[in-house]
Amino acid sequence: MEDMKRNEAYNKYVSAKIPKTRPWPSLFNSFWVGGVICLIGQGINDIYLLIFPNLSQQTGWSLTLITLIFIAAFLTGIGVYDQIGKFAGGGSIVPITGFSNSITSPSIEFKSEGIIYGICVKMFTIAGPVIVFGVASSMVVGLIYWIISLF
Amino acid sequence: MQIFLDYLWVFLIGGLVCAIGELLIITTNITSARILVTFVLVGVFLEAVGLFDYISDFAKAGINVPIVGFGASLAKGAIGAVKTHGFLGIFTGGLTATAGGIAAAIGFAFLFALIFKSHTKK
Repeated sequence: MEDMKRNEAYNKYVSAKIPKTRPWPSLFNSFWVGGVICLIGQGINDIYLLIFPNLSQQTGWSLTLITLIFIAAFLTGIGVYDQIGKFAGGGSIVPITGFSNSITSPSIEFKSEGIIYGICVKMFTIAGPVIVFGVASSMVVGLIYWIISLF
Repeated sequence: MQIFLDYLWVFLIGGLVCAIGELLIITTNITSARILVTFVLVGVFLEAVGLFDYISDFAKAGINVPIVGFGASLAKGAIGAVKTHGFLGIFTGGLTATAGGIAAAIGFAFLFALIFKSHTKK
């Protein structure tokens, strides 16, 4: 009984302390920042296709994504991407730049714990699950297609 | 004129995908790792059922730049490798197709972690 009362009081305290995000401005900011990041990606892709007209679509996208990943990792390094993230929320997490940020950010933050146990281990705190689920589900898809192809 | 329309679609679809992510964050207090995993799985699903290419045709970077595109190329790689290499493709396809992105993310993160110092969060 005493515990329950204390938990309730604690939960009330926590929910009062959690920063409230007003839904409409934050949705709007995610929308336009996310849109602009995609526009930048399209621009980079179009420039690559202009310079190297023989690129296949898939190679073009790979180059574009690698470029975006580089930019995001650099912006994370100089501390700018976290500022964008504070402002844009989902707009900075969902694009591939957010994936890059999720790897670079903990690597830099835990640098002080050493190269192996700091940078290399903490690097995958967020990217790890993404890669695990991505690879595992792609194997499921591959397995289904292989079974279908038998008949 | 056509290029203006193309870029408008890229902006609208890309923005919409990100706004859906933000909506998930607001309504369920979901962590960013779960957001990323969810969107990758959506991408794998869209590619597996063959819908992704239709969306990609008009949305272009609007669907390829969000992490949904990463999931789609995982699935596309697996399907393609099964078609050419058979059973082995189940294992090699996904990572082969996304190797560039994953290697870039790991390599650049390692490089910049060695160069830059942590910015104390305010």
